[in-house]
Amino acid sequence: MPVEAPQARVANFNEVALGFDVENALVECERCLVCPEPACVAGCPVGIDIPGFICKIIDKDYRGAYDIISEANLLPAICGRVCPQEDQCEGVCPVGDTLEPVAVGRLERWVGDRAIEEGWHKRPYIEPNGFRVGIIGSGPAGVACAADLAKAGCAVTVYEALHEPGGVLRYGIPDFRLPNQVVDEEIGNLIDLGIDIRCNTLVGRLFTIEQMLDEMGFDAVFIGTGAGSPKFMDIPGETLNGVLSANELLTRCNLMVAGRFPEYDTPLHLGRRVAVIGSGNTAMDALRVTRRLGAEKVHCVYRRTEAESPARLEELHHAQEEGIEFHWLTAPVEILDDGDGNVRAMRCLRMELGEPDESGRRRPVPIEGSEFEFETDMVVYAIGTNANPILGQTSKLKLNKWGYIETDEDLATSMAGVYAGGDIVTGAATVILAMGAGRRAARSIKEYLGIRDSDIVYQPERSGHEGALFGIDGAERNFVRVRSA
Amino acid sequence: MTSQSTKTATGRGREPPKWRMGPASGAGFPIVDREDFSDATFRLEIDHPVMAKAAQPGQFVIIVTHDHGERIPLTIADYDRVKGTVTLVVQAVGKSTREMQQLCRPGTALYSMVGPMGQPSRIGEAKKVICVGGGLGVAPIFPQARAFKERGAYVISVVGFRNRDLIFWEDKFRECCDELIICTDDGSAGIKGLVTKGIAQAIEQHPDIDEVVAVGPPIMMKACAEATRPHGIKTVVSLNPIMVDGTGMCGGCRVKIGGRIMFACVDGPDFDGHDVDFDDLMNRLRRFKEEEQLALERWTETCRRLDMEPHTTTQDSGRS
Ligand SMILES: Cc1cc2nc3c(=O)[nH]c(=O)nc-3n(C[C@H](O)[C@H](O)[C@H](O)COP(=O)(O)OP(=O)(O)OC[C@H]3O[C@@H](n4cnc5c(N)ncnc54)[C@H](O)[C@@H]3O)c2cc1C
Ligand SMILES: Cc1cc2nc3c(=O)[nH]c(=O)nc-3n(C[C@H](O)[C@H](O)[C@H](O)COP(=O)(O)OP(=O)(O)OC[C@H]3O[C@@H](n4cnc5c(N)ncnc54)[C@H](O)[C@@H]3O)c2cc1C
Ligand code: SF4
Ligand code: FES
Repeated sequence: MPVEAPQARVANFNEVALGFDVENALVECERCLVCPEPACVAGCPVGIDIPGFICKIIDKDYRGAYDIISEANLLPAICGRVCPQEDQCEGVCPVGDTLEPVAVGRLERWVGDRAIEEGWHKRPYIEPNGFRVGIIGSGPAGVACAADLAKAGCAVTVYEALHEPGGVLRYGIPDFRLPNQVVDEEIGNLIDLGIDIRCNTLVGRLFTIEQMLDEMGFDAVFIGTGAGSPKFMDIPGETLNGVLSANELLTRCNLMVAGRFPEYDTPLHLGRRVAVIGSGNTAMDALRVTRRLGAEKVHCVYRRTEAESPARLEELHHAQEEGIEFHWLTAPVEILDDGDGNVRAMRCLRMELGEPDESGRRRPVPIEGSEFEFETDMVVYAIGTNANPILGQTSKLKLNKWGYIETDEDLATSMAGVYAGGDIVTGAATVILAMGAGRRAARSIKEYLGIRDSDIVYQPERSGHEGALFGIDGAERNFVRVRSA
Repeated sequence: MTSQSTKTATGRGREPPKWRMGPASGAGFPIVDREDFSDATFRLEIDHPVMAKAAQPGQFVIIVTHDHGERIPLTIADYDRVKGTVTLVVQAVGKSTREMQQLCRPGTALYSMVGPMGQPSRIGEAKKVICVGGGLGVAPIFPQARAFKERGAYVISVVGFRNRDLIFWEDKFRECCDELIICTDDGSAGIKGLVTKGIAQAIEQHPDIDEVVAVGPPIMMKACAEATRPHGIKTVVSLNPIMVDGTGMCGGCRVKIGGRIMFACVDGPDFDGHDVDFDDLMNRLRRFKEEEQLALERWTETCRRLDMEPHTTTQDSGRS
């Protein structure tokens, strides 16, 4: 995959991974063995017929390739960019045993981009069935659920609290990994199915889930509100100016365009020496955003080692290439004041790895007497998130002890007709898992409402692959609807 | 689309979005009425029937005036469930609020408005309460005073202004309060002095005050909390830290309450005034002072170039 050179890219917000052209794509497709029992399909959380779409590309039937992908994945240009393919489809590809695995994600992205460019849509014939479904949250879980229900003929309304839809895709993941325009296009495609997205609507406060069911005439509700409440560490100095969560940093930059202050009104107040605590994907995004905005030095501070870092390998490498300094086995214990309420430095401890903990990773333990001062004027917390509390505060929904919504395996919550999925159920996960959960909830909602899709007509060709996690099974083709009962 | 064509720094400058901005139809949030109380304070009435139905005392909204604007939190100062409007009272202090003062006129619309946010104030069993409002807190205290009255409490309101010309809503307060104490810095109306003087007077006359509710600048709320602490009177304050989303997602609004960190937008904005670390709050409000200064200078300069008075009434420019 071609990428932009590190020196050039740290000066702009252009996409780093440049994407294939036709020749690259065709060459890459030729590398696929078209396995009879493809491991990649089982490795994909939504079970895309990967060899199927690759064969279509080889046949130069690009539209056909898009049709196959969009059968299982409603947001290919997005997932092709942000899926952790090395743990999914590409991670199990046998070509990868000896060579680089087939670049499934790049190919998927190429097909998705092509669809946007050509204006391809998949708009099935939709016959309204008279049911109304309300969706809370317009992240990947919400829009995926909405799209499937719309195709099944439901009148779907998506409510979003922020002033633009997309959830983390919009406010979290920066433009150099996922341009906002791609989000606009792919969500726009779903809107074209007849979904009504309404921003600026904070469900729970403007109206409750109970009201949606009792007064507003919704037959079912899906909750996909994400896990966006940032964690702090509870160490001294956390409220000093210059300490902020990665969510705040990224929201200011991605949603509010603080990088172009004062042309845009939202400020950021970038530090000169930035320290990002944590080493997951969110941390990588925070590091690379501050680097691009022009911080002189950007440091990553993590209490374990590179081997335990939860970030995608590709992102970690990109960050390293961009001149970000990593401080492994380092943990802050206090944030120090400059005397005027701003951050001056952090007091840190050096760590070493001890016995494995519950997560199976070796637990970092502090080395006695290793305390040192780490000079910094901006500290960004990227150490994970908690469940968003608003729906819990305003409804009778049953939550688990961490505040996430409890569901059964059909994603039904404790309230009849109310389903939930995505990060608000599982805790922070991935785009594709959230999308899979949204589709799965759509299936449960269809069952609950007594809408049955028949796959007798229009069943497209595909290689068999049942049983994948969130696999889309035969019952879920959205073409002809027969209402039972 | 090749990656070349997706290269926009922001994704802005795009076609009009296909999604809708609000829970109701139309584009934006129409401003139906405006009244200027002084050269810095004005009232906007905004059409939003769903919110008018849901709003409760103590809650706030976040508005954006145009697509380059920032998210501005403002307390819901009143709501009319019949007319379907909510009222905001804005004090023009910096770039965004001055720009609102200039652009927000009846007939225009806000780009975005979301709410009601925050936990509603608990209008408890208190039988005798003092509602204190100072500066930008005068309007927000009104719905609480009215709610207490509706609950049957004896309501004493203490409101503070710099001078008599800045006084507004005196009639509204008189209507819903058993006593109204006006304080002005220069003594041109009511008591000369700060609201704390008014509180002291009320406590002296009524030894059986159950609760004090104070809304205003942090320094005033701090003084109120200190004034009631020796009397052991429960004191509720409404905090106004810098916010971004208002949904608990960014943590920018975190405040220190009794040594613990809370998010004002979802855990508040009301907190027990005796537990609040006001110094921390005041420090955090200075977080962007350089940027605020720069934005204001740039705005004033633009107004000057366009030959507009930055803070007087002009015809609306059609923006927002
Ligand atoms: C910085 C960052 C980078 C990431 N990078 C990747 C990546 O590269 N690859 C990957 O696979 N995953 C990545 N993830 C994780 C992935 O984005 C999430 O797992 C996924 O977006 C979860 O989707 P969701 O639909 O459950 O929730 P979200 O995307 O969080 O969307 C929830 C939406 O609901 C709205 N909402 C919340 N409460 C309410 C309410 N009461 N009323 C109305 N609306 C409400 C929110 O405003 C939000 O828009 C990343 C996450 C972050 C934070
Ligand atoms: C929950 C809540 C309710 C509020 N209710 C009202 C209201 O009803 N009426 C009203 O006029 N204002 C209210 N505010 C304050 C209002 O949001 C700010 O005055 C506004 O954001 C300032 O923007 P600006 O660009 O005009 O000024 P800036 O130039 O950004 O700031 C000017 C001054 O205002 C202070 N300031 C900046 N942001 C805030 C903030 N979020 N809160 C308090 N002070 C701030 C700064 O410290 C600075 O001294 C409320 C704030 C919160 C958090
Ligand atoms: S959706 Fe993700 S896992 Fe599935 S094929 Fe695409 S990149 Fe691979
Ligand atoms: S304003 Fe973002 S969490 Fe409160």
